[in-house]
Amino acid sequence: MKLYGSEILMECLLEQDVDVVFGYPGGTILNVYDSLLEYKDRINHYLTAHEQGASHAADGYASGPGATNLTTGVATAYMDSSPVVFISCNVAENLIGKDSFQEVDSTGVMLPITKSNFQVTDVNKLAGTVRRAFAIARSGRPGPVFIDILKNVTAEQAEYEFIPRKKHKEAGALKAIFERDMEGFHKPAVDVEDIDKLVEMIGESERPMLICGGGVVRGRAHEEFNKFANIIDAPTAVTVMGGGGMNGRNPLVTGMIGMHGSQASNIAVNECDLLIAVGSRFSDRVALDPETFASQAKIVHIDIDRSEINKNVQTDHHIVGDAKEVLNMLVERLTQQDHAEWKKFVFAYPTEAEYDDGGDTLNPKQLCRTIAKLMPDDTMVATDVGQHQMWAIQHFHFDYPGQLMTSGGFGTMGFGLGAAIGAKVGNPDKTVIHIAGDGSFRMNCNELTTVEHYNIPIITFIFNNQTLGMVRQWQNLIYKGHISETNMDRGPDFVKLAEAYGLNGVRVSNQKELEAAIKDAMASGKGCVIDCILDIDEMVRPMVGGGSHITDFMRI
Amino acid sequence: MDKMKDARRQTLAMLVDNESGVLSQIARLFSRKGYNIEAFAAGPTENPGVTRITIDVLADEPHTELLCNQLRKLYPVYSVKWLNTENSIYRELMLIKVKAEGSEQRNDVIQLANIFRAQIIDVSHETLTLGLTGDHEKLSAMEKILSEFETLEIARTGVVAIERGTATINDESKERGEFNYGKNVL
Repeated sequence: MKLYGSEILMECLLEQDVDVVFGYPGGTILNVYDSLLEYKDRINHYLTAHEQGASHAADGYASGPGATNLTTGVATAYMDSSPVVFISCNVAENLIGKDSFQEVDSTGVMLPITKSNFQVTDVNKLAGTVRRAFAIARSGRPGPVFIDILKNVTAEQAEYEFIPRKKHKEAGALKAIFERDMEGFHKPAVDVEDIDKLVEMIGESERPMLICGGGVVRGRAHEEFNKFANIIDAPTAVTVMGGGGMNGRNPLVTGMIGMHGSQASNIAVNECDLLIAVGSRFSDRVALDPETFASQAKIVHIDIDRSEINKNVQTDHHIVGDAKEVLNMLVERLTQQDHAEWKKFVFAYPTEAEYDDGGDTLNPKQLCRTIAKLMPDDTMVATDVGQHQMWAIQHFHFDYPGQLMTSGGFGTMGFGLGAAIGAKVGNPDKTVIHIAGDGSFRMNCNELTTVEHYNIPIITFIFNNQTLGMVRQWQNLIYKGHISETNMDRGPDFVKLAEAYGLNGVRVSNQKELEAAIKDAMASGKGCVIDCILDIDEMVRPMVGGGSHITDFMRI
Repeated sequence: MDKMKDARRQTLAMLVDNESGVLSQIARLFSRKGYNIEAFAAGPTENPGVTRITIDVLADEPHTELLCNQLRKLYPVYSVKWLNTENSIYRELMLIKVKAEGSEQRNDVIQLANIFRAQIIDVSHETLTLGLTGDHEKLSAMEKILSEFETLEIARTGVVAIERGTATINDESKERGEFNYGKNVL
């Protein structure tokens, strides 16, 4: 069947069961949008207000020269191993290299922030490239893949043959990869000796501790992880990206770890004799000081990506493999352990900070707890970046992978609204909320237009303290209270802004107003912005300074 | 931790896709991780479509291991071998043009060239151009000796290296399996 490049692209998306795309049209991608019209019944396109919004939406769903506007979203997806395929079009071949209007070396720009990227210059290679991109994005350690298609390619014709997704590895570029390396690219069994060694180490350990990282979430290994934690009977810290990898109400959970880790987590890491991290890369926000991190413990790293082993923290043992598979093998070989005394020691320390009851005002914990109490248990939460993000992760309980969407690695302010849109489109039956700070919300609040137009009922909670709170916190604690350019005592009025977009907006400053606003928002069935007023000097607690010893808690 | 403290010259050989953009991807990785490429050589291999790249970098051993790990993770990279001096052979080609006016100077240069088994590949009234193959140290030694004459220009290819005996860059290792696991396409 002879098809145009733009139609081949649509067919390839359908092969991958893609029925939703987020995007923004422009000059070079017009042929693709022309075809999108034909495929309207099968591929649902969401027009966002800004390419960055589209990139976060695709990330949240986890499924143009606007290409440079995509970069923030691509980098965010890269740092958090999110499997997203980004497609943009570039100028036609005859204009390449001439600094033409809206031409950009987009594959060059994307190079350091993608798992792989491709420029398609030949329509005959289009289908193969798209298939390869999807395979790469979701295989192994997932990550974003970028495809740049020249405009002329979308307008040329080539032979297209439908190939079901399962057969892709027998065709085209993927077939070539398989043939090139018969040994590689198949899934070798996890090394049983490595597993046995860890089982032995667990048997010898009196004070074991676990870290649940983002790999448990990406690998959908939450059930296995819970079993593993229960059978070892080990206190478990959950990283920012690991939220949902361990049942949040499991009594073994010690809360967050690292810079804003709980006392229980950080002290347990310092005191344990065996630390097993699953799908976590010991980032500087977790390990803080790699030299003294878990200094009494044998450190074991389980990860699918070999290049993470010994990258940040020197380990004593490692297992390379898919979390689900490795944990299953471990659980099979383990017998029920009991570490009552060790747990008693760890859980003598708080797993969450307490905040003073403000009386007629709101405090962050109260805000999170009230939202959690009045919303369904499986509510999906997308956050932006800053204090509100830490509070949300500290004080909500996440029970399944995907329930928390947050930008942990790249720390992208403005991530949340786009991500919430993507999540709601992908999960129409679930309640989706967006937790924002006033600083982050300002960055991408333009996507409220998407919320309204497509009637995507997301409830945004702005933790509004009229400041870039996290930076202010650092200025207060580390920069001698020098408040420089962090005050946000200015517009817009978020309530009026929401109304201007055709959504409901309400401001709340105490418990009663908050509860009423949540109930109204739930009942209304449409998008809503709840502007929650907090004190400007509220801090995220506890806190350990970057590069410090993990139990070196600041006095706040 | 000062990663340059125990740094010495390390040689990495790798097989990569012969496609546009691959080279910049590899070069980019070195700069992103904070390393300068000391020497670089690339050329075709026994497999069409596959290029062999040899890179010299100043690094200590643990960081070289990490660099190899990062390289192996790149999609266009099939295999990476960290070569060690004991069981590998290193060769580089250097062309060096020195000033040699008059027969006395010329004879001196020719004598030195003979000691190094360098070839004289061009001569003019004022200059001699020599070609020498050998490992990094041998080339540097000749360069140093010839510096008593005026060196006008030097061109070096960068080191290529191969293991002695039956070992090849394609050898299977547990590590390689682990990498293919991480980037497996299924």
